[in-house]
Amino acid sequence: MTEEELRNLKADKVVDARGTSCPGPLLAAKKAIAAVPVGGVLEVLSSDAGTNRDIPLWAKKMKYEHLGILDEPGYWRVFVKKTK
Amino acid sequence: MAKKMAVVLFSGSLDKLTGLSVLIGGAAAQDIEVDIFLQLWGTYAFRKDVVEKNTNFSEFSDLKPQVHEALVELKAPSWLDLLKQARDAAPVRIHMCSLALQIWGGKKEDFLDIVDDVIGAGEFIDMAEKADVTFFV
Repeated sequence: MTEEELRNLKADKVVDARGTSCPGPLLAAKKAIAAVPVGGVLEVLSSDAGTNRDIPLWAKKMKYEHLGILDEPGYWRVFVKKTK
Repeated sequence: MAKKMAVVLFSGSLDKLTGLSVLIGGAAAQDIEVDIFLQLWGTYAFRKDVVEKNTNFSEFSDLKPQVHEALVELKAPSWLDLLKQARDAAPVRIHMCSLALQIWGGKKEDFLDIVDDVIGAGEFIDMAEKADVTFFV
């Protein structure tokens, strides 16, 4: 997705894992996705650099779709679509 | 079928316990089932009367205060809390070596409740044989 598309995206669930370190945001994502309906979008807020690569990898393995990452001052917004 | 990871935890020092817990958290987030086999110092670190007082570092002990301070500042959970978080995310089984149990007092009750059972080397090797990922800490 383009940056603009991501900015306009309304996530079904937002989990704020800022301030936790690896693997905190990843574990938070795994826990939170359970509450997202199939077809819905999870947004993870993270301030841990490793997570930017961990979440897309995790999403691929779980056969979810990684939609993209938005760079914000001091943190990232990582978007995952629960495709199944 | 779920992927499996088998880990030998021989060491009981805080730095290694922390490193291991981070990896187990990463594995659990990916739905990988983990079996941990506690040997000598790893078993000792799980003793109820040791957990709180364990300040042992395996390397660069002069930098211990700096590492400790950074972990506090990052609000990083303790190795034990991280292990518990991992257990909430996926099956993480903790097995204690029967020889180590005898060395450290002999009763399973002396160790953290998070320890699942006491097993022998043969059974752990069987788990390791079936695992997709193995390592020794």
